[in-house]
Amino acid sequence: MTDLCLDADVLVLGGGPAGAWAAIEAAAGGASVVLADKGYCGTSGAAASGGNNLWYLPEDAGVREAAMAERETAGGGLTDRGWMARVQDETYRQVNRLAGWGYRFPRDELGVERRSTLQGPEYMRRMRRRVQRSGVRVLDHHPALELLTDAGGLVAGAAGPRRQDGWGRWEVRAGATVLATGGCAFLSGAFGLNVDTGDGHLMAAELGAELSGMEFSSVYGMSPAYGNHTKGLMMRYARYHDEDGVPIPVESLGAARVRLARLVAAGRPVYARLDRAPPELRQAMRDSQPNYFLPLDKAGIDPFTTSYPVRFAYEGTVRGTGGLRITDAGCATSVPGLYAAGDVATRELITGAASGGGSFNGAWAISSGTWAGRAAAAFARRRRPVRHGLRANGQAGLRPDRGGGGLSGADVVRAVHEEILPLERNLFRTADGLRRSLDTLDALWKEAVGHLAGSDGRSALRAREAAALVAHGRWMYRAGLVREETRGMHLRDDRPDRDPRLRRRILVGGLDEVWTAFDPVAPVGAARDERRPA
Amino acid sequence: MIEVVSHGRCVACDVCVKVCPMDVFERGPDGIPVIARQSDCQTCFMCEAHCPVDALFVAPLSGPAPPGSPYTDEAGLAASGALGAYRRSIGWGGGRTPGSTADRNYLFTAGMAGQPGSRAPG
Repeated sequence: MTDLCLDADVLVLGGGPAGAWAAIEAAAGGASVVLADKGYCGTSGAAASGGNNLWYLPEDAGVREAAMAERETAGGGLTDRGWMARVQDETYRQVNRLAGWGYRFPRDELGVERRSTLQGPEYMRRMRRRVQRSGVRVLDHHPALELLTDAGGLVAGAAGPRRQDGWGRWEVRAGATVLATGGCAFLSGAFGLNVDTGDGHLMAAELGAELSGMEFSSVYGMSPAYGNHTKGLMMRYARYHDEDGVPIPVESLGAARVRLARLVAAGRPVYARLDRAPPELRQAMRDSQPNYFLPLDKAGIDPFTTSYPVRFAYEGTVRGTGGLRITDAGCATSVPGLYAAGDVATRELITGAASGGGSFNGAWAISSGTWAGRAAAAFARRRRPVRHGLRANGQAGLRPDRGGGGLSGADVVRAVHEEILPLERNLFRTADGLRRSLDTLDALWKEAVGHLAGSDGRSALRAREAAALVAHGRWMYRAGLVREETRGMHLRDDRPDRDPRLRRRILVGGLDEVWTAFDPVAPVGAARDERRPA
Repeated sequence: MIEVVSHGRCVACDVCVKVCPMDVFERGPDGIPVIARQSDCQTCFMCEAHCPVDALFVAPLSGPAPPGSPYTDEAGLAASGALGAYRRSIGWGGGRTPGSTADRNYLFTAGMAGQPGSRAPG
């Protein structure tokens, strides 16, 4: 077992796209950069396994304006025009650079390169190479468990265990820290998402960070019932039926999500078959989404001709939109010295109450990563290096205040799953249901603070992840109680209408005491508040 | 979940140990990786994609394959071409063209989420 202690101008936590873009940009600004990933930069996170369509739009004012209007409507009016325009510009600029880094985009029948989509494994392999060529030091299998602060309370780096180096301790002291640790999918097992346990949010909340949009955390993806592969786009060609072969009509992908989920929640099996796919498009579908077809091919199912049973796999805030509140154009959080990029940050600014899955989260990772990396490098330049008297701030799951023992990470994960994974609790919400779950989760948090700990390196890591899951459940459901309406993905079965007075973003934070407030910053853009049944 | 490490094919490079984001493998005494923590596998297929010799098989199941399952039968998987199927489909490996060049997602996203164009038929 060996410990590792490094100094850097900028520390990036997380090696998915947001972290990679942040590291590249910080290094380009002259900063020395360390990137620490819980797993492996290149395979960790939602993008590497799944891939992204991108909100990559041509330089055409009309197209971009229409795209913003589409999001304002879909996102329930909680978006911000200024941020949407910035993301469109930055995504366009950065994706064009990616072409120069060796990513080979397809050409259409006119010979024009089409850059609005990225295949995950290839994208993240290229990004890893670019990160390394930028001179960034990459620490794979170095999960961050806690933030360090200096005597003035500024964030001064992070620390955690070295998972493939005998579980020694790593510590990086840095002038600025970028959180790019992904969203929180609660170890639900959804495709590639078990890395995303919300550790970054917990570390930030321990220093008082504010979160926003945590009620928008109820996205479930459809996957084959035996598996976890929640690729959604091809399902636009699906027809559905029940166990007797009776068709279940759905008007759109969005409508399918709710109607089919209600059936599944009631214990009714649902089957899908892609028999609406025109035969001449089927090879293109396979070429475009190999990881939709692979798990079906392996199971011997031809989805164009054979129906397969589906289930709903929970994707938490990864495909939801909630996360750390962003306080300026450089993606600063409300904690000094700490920046947030990608799914760890709220994506309400560009997608509001609607899922950010695919295009929007992909574009946000690129843009917010770039801005956070640039701002972090600038912050580090203005700050005297901090080397001594640092405080390690991890509490729940890491340093139980009544001594460890009696409560393991696995116990806590099981208890959280009972409140968070069932469709009837999390997708179809009611005030009573949310309150009941909160009673359980609040009590679990008290227990965790007192007793949750691991007995070795691996179980300690799981204990800390489990604490993050409890914290997330409480933020999500507390915010969900305040949003006494149905808007976007947030469905309140006891409040099926939209309430125009709630066209506000909701902030949440705190650990022992969870608080909520309306964001003093109002959404910016055209208001569309037509009432619509769920 | 990961079910097969082919001892016959494995060259003990341990790339899978390194790239698995969930740290499922351990390097065995002979250098051949061991599936040490199958229950941590998230069925993301990344190890399959990165294995240079198509020695790994990840079953499409979110839980372990039942005893006697074809997903654990290395000879059968090799014969059917299932070993290395993901690498073939994404165009990784010597002499192949990256699958990204055949990506036609733009056909399916046209007219959606603000993308220009009209929606594909179907």
